[in-house]
Amino acid sequence: MASRSPPALGGPLLAPRLSPAVPTWHPTRAEAAPMEFSELIKTATVENVLLSRPGLPAVRGTLCITSHHLLLSSSPRGDLELWLLIRNVDAVEKRVHNLGWYQPPRTAGSLRDTRVSGSSGTITLRCKDLKVLQLEIPGMEECLNIASSIEALSSVDSVMMMYPFFYRPPGLRLQQGWHQSPLERHFQQVASQALLRSSQPLTGPNRRRCREDEKLLGTILDEGERGFIIDTRSAQAAKQARMSGGGTEPKSSYPQWRRLHRALDRGRPLQESFIRLVEACAEQGMDRWLGRLESSRWLSHVKAALSTACLAAQCLDREGCKVLVHGAEGTDTTLLVTALAQLILDPSCRSLEGFQGLLEREWIQAGHPFQLRCARSASSHGRGKQEAPLFLLFLDCVWQLSRQFPFSLEFGEQLLLTLFDNAYASSYGTFLCNNEKERSLCKVKESTHSLWAWLNQPEERQKYLNPLYSHNPLVIWPSVEPQSIQLWQGLFLRWIRPSQHLDEAWAEIRRLVEGNNSSSKESTGKRLSQSFPDPTAGTQNGR
Amino acid sequence: VENVRLLDRLSSRRAVVGTLYLTATHVIFVENGSETRKETWVLHSQISSIEKQATTATGCPLLIRCKNFQVIQLVIPQERDCHDVYISLIRLARPVKYEELYCFSFNPKLDKEEREQGWKLVDLNEEYNRMGVPNSYWQISDVNRDYGVCDSYPTEVYVPKSATAHIIVGSSKFRSRRRFPALSYYCKDNNASICRSSQPLSGFSARCLEDEQMLQAIRKANPGSDFIYVVDTRPKLNAMANRAAGKGYENEDNYSNIKFQFIGIENIHVMRNSLQKMLEVCELKSPSMSDFLWGLENSGWLKHIKAIMDAGIFIAKAVAEEGVSVLVHCSDGWDRTAQVCSVASLLLDPYYRTMKGFMVLIEKDWVSFGHKFNHRYGNLDGDPKEISPVIDQFIECVWQLMEQFPCAFEFNERFLIHIQHHIYSCQFGNFLCNSQKERRELKIKERTYSLWAHLWKNRSDYLNPLYRSDHSQTQGTLHPQIAPCNFLYKFWSGMYNRFEKGLHPRQSVTDYLMAVKEETQQLEEELEVLQERLANLQKSQSGNNKVKSKQQDQSKQFGLYTSNNSLANTPQEYSNDLKSFPSRSPSQGDEDSALILTQDNLKSSDPDLSANSDQESGVEDLSCRSPSGGGCLPSEDSGKDSDEAVFLAG
Repeated sequence: MASRSPPALGGPLLAPRLSPAVPTWHPTRAEAAPMEFSELIKTATVENVLLSRPGLPAVRGTLCITSHHLLLSSSPRGDLELWLLIRNVDAVEKRVHNLGWYQPPRTAGSLRDTRVSGSSGTITLRCKDLKVLQLEIPGMEECLNIASSIEALSSVDSVMMMYPFFYRPPGLRLQQGWHQSPLERHFQQVASQALLRSSQPLTGPNRRRCREDEKLLGTILDEGERGFIIDTRSAQAAKQARMSGGGTEPKSSYPQWRRLHRALDRGRPLQESFIRLVEACAEQGMDRWLGRLESSRWLSHVKAALSTACLAAQCLDREGCKVLVHGAEGTDTTLLVTALAQLILDPSCRSLEGFQGLLEREWIQAGHPFQLRCARSASSHGRGKQEAPLFLLFLDCVWQLSRQFPFSLEFGEQLLLTLFDNAYASSYGTFLCNNEKERSLCKVKESTHSLWAWLNQPEERQKYLNPLYSHNPLVIWPSVEPQSIQLWQGLFLRWIRPSQHLDEAWAEIRRLVEGNNSSSKESTGKRLSQSFPDPTAGTQNGR
Repeated sequence: VENVRLLDRLSSRRAVVGTLYLTATHVIFVENGSETRKETWVLHSQISSIEKQATTATGCPLLIRCKNFQVIQLVIPQERDCHDVYISLIRLARPVKYEELYCFSFNPKLDKEEREQGWKLVDLNEEYNRMGVPNSYWQISDVNRDYGVCDSYPTEVYVPKSATAHIIVGSSKFRSRRRFPALSYYCKDNNASICRSSQPLSGFSARCLEDEQMLQAIRKANPGSDFIYVVDTRPKLNAMANRAAGKGYENEDNYSNIKFQFIGIENIHVMRNSLQKMLEVCELKSPSMSDFLWGLENSGWLKHIKAIMDAGIFIAKAVAEEGVSVLVHCSDGWDRTAQVCSVASLLLDPYYRTMKGFMVLIEKDWVSFGHKFNHRYGNLDGDPKEISPVIDQFIECVWQLMEQFPCAFEFNERFLIHIQHHIYSCQFGNFLCNSQKERRELKIKERTYSLWAHLWKNRSDYLNPLYRSDHSQTQGTLHPQIAPCNFLYKFWSGMYNRFEKGLHPRQSVTDYLMAVKEETQQLEEELEVLQERLANLQKSQSGNNKVKSKQQDQSKQFGLYTSNNSLANTPQEYSNDLKSFPSRSPSQGDEDSALILTQDNLKSSDPDLSANSDQESGVEDLSCRSPSGGGCLPSEDSGKDSDEAVFLAG
């Protein structure tokens, strides 16, 4: 478990032992509850709580709630069994059962405990990383208190009250990881191939024109050159957007551009697809699994996103044309398409660093509203209007690419899982806020740690590497046929499917590749020492 | 026939023109023009159906579907030619005599002794000894010598020691096709066994003392347990319907100490239709995700695979965990029974998960016990209602297990695909006829070659690089997850869309790791030599000798890691809109399409398997990772196979 979510990532932690990187059991300075939090915590500790998780043995211990974490230390040994970032809690379900009988105190002065003997409650925590935890808590009142504390703490809105502003991991400096400038670097690289993104033009119902915009798009293309505009909405949706002031580029005003419409779902339909898929995965031993998988439509979204990205890449690479991608705001499906297209075309985006740069550039700096989109995960039935798993859809598409081209990405599934976890609940500031402006107002870069700084520590970095990676300078064109698109079991069934045998297989792959590396080195070393038969070399090796 | 067009299934716009040849054994299509002259070979015995479609302006389309799931679409310019080809193929694809089959003319240039050695590779006597029989509970019975009791059983059958010839014969008279209970697998750790038979002729009330004694004898052969399971692999309704025909299932009241259990695996007709439906889904032209998933769901195929696995899991659990013996039957005991017994054996015994052990398993549970290969796989023209993908389902069960236990099997996916291919190819004698008796009469071993020897010779192509005999997954019983597990059963595109290479991962992890493994071994060997030389050098150091190194040549050969394993491919048809837009013809296009390298299930020295006319060895395959070969990335398929994944930009 610990290897899945390293302790210091602070997010969905299920560590069998207290790891040195984790803040200690007693709340540290950072954990000490400020006034705002202490008001929300109605009951801070309960003993004799039973924790159960699917596929793992149940644990009994002491439950403790701090400002940002829920902790369970098993009794009697006191090993920490659970360290859960409360921000990771997506939904709290409570059920109280009264097993005993209620006995009112007989005499007024009796010191008899009026608590219902034998009553208890069960809290089910549905986490944003799709994990489900069950806590059986003795005492109805404690149970209700704990539940409402978790609910209150998990829905604190203020960004600056969130854990990243309190988290100070050892070995990292605050500024580390924030000062990359991937934008500049990237512009130099892809100057010749132009992939542009924007939001929709504000054509409106009166078919307004904007000379400057037309001129800007005109200057991108040379005399007689043509470009493609890929609109991620259907032609009809784009037309309808005129009613609310938006719209598309009319052919008459942008004669050199050819518009293609590729309708990609976003917003509510995408969120509901995610919810239905997670429900289908959670249902045990059901019939017609493929039917349920289909009716969630998730894989259709994956196929559509990949196809559109391939189309953009094809226009750039095969047709040699300039491509402009936009939807409505240019902060959701647009980014999905441009980021994927770059991964397909540009080998430099497929290294661990290059991929971080891609995320920083195409998602974070480009203003994908992470805070709105990832406020709730798959258990958020009809609560938010702004949630949508676009970033998850992107990660899924990247996973599909990694499956079809197992040697071409430098990073493995573990990185994608970690990114998903951190986008929804994190100890780091990287995915906070909705855009650069908000981040600057909240002083995110000054007051929180960067996820990249953590990931790029040599020891940590090792966990995310793909042992099979070998630089591939070519374009990777995926197949988008249904036979080639699979459910990302590692994510959607992470807490459900047994993974031991698959983990063993990866360990075996690492062993094979590392074995080859070391014998290759050793052999070369020996060879070198032999090809220069100078007497000292011989004696050196002889030692 | 000249000027025939071969269409690409994934891309209707891509077609190649060439010449079609019909020989006594193959259909051959040779592409015109290009220097490579790609060839596609199809064995007549692989053809499952030929369809002549309505003539169009461009010619007369002919659709050939193969039993190894290849689909070939040809357009022949002249209607008359098309008709002639159609008529000839219909005749050629449906031989009426065994002698017409390819194995009687196939000659791999081996001498008589090599051929005989080949047939000795898999020895069932040896296998029963390995299991630990005969012993104090089990003995070999000669009751069926000359096939006197049961003509679909082998001559040598293991039965409980306490089962006399009288009991066996009596029991056989009370069982469909006289297929009496016989030993399939014996677990020497706890004496539990798996026995197999056909259904009893119990009707509504019939009894047979000898049959009851026979089951009692099986129980007694396992002193650790006071009952046996009787597993009827049919759905209960089917079994009940059989009672009206005087057949049926065991009545628990008549047999002492049995526990009776139904496991609903559907019959061969349901399975045939299910496969048919699934293949229709595989053949859809640019299906949506929904078309595909619904089609797959409605075919019911994966549900059937799961039913077979569940039955195997139940039996393996009874034997390994409860130490209880199991008698398995269906109706005749040669289809579902064979599937279930072999899945259970595979789960129980790591030996069957090795390459040799898997050959032994098929020989034991399928070939020797009279699985009707000829009828099920339509080798000779026969009743189409007898055809059913029974062993295909077993092979898929193995693949599903390989997906769940990647380190547990010594062989890889390619091994399974090649066995499936040869069950239909009739190139080797192993799977001819319906029983051991028929094969002996035909003198198969004297007149044909054994597939097992052929596969064994090329075993390096079939190894799973993750297999290690000391790995935990290769020890003891495999425990697949039971519930919830529907999602564990996945569509096997490597088999059913085997020839649509564009659909598969573009880089083969198996081949890469095999190469890494081989290289490591070579390096280690080299290291040893070098260490030895170093030691010698140090000894002769005082003599101030000079050693000329030849190592530089070698370093090229070991340059695996300085090279790239990157593979090029071309885009699919992502858009239909692009064609109407005047486009620059991409200069790289042609170059790229020659660079295609897809996951290759077909790496083999066998021309029919790869649908190619010529071969490249696995050693050359390595060169795609070496710096020298990096430029053109040769692979067996590149430039030859008409089915490679080329998508046109449009």
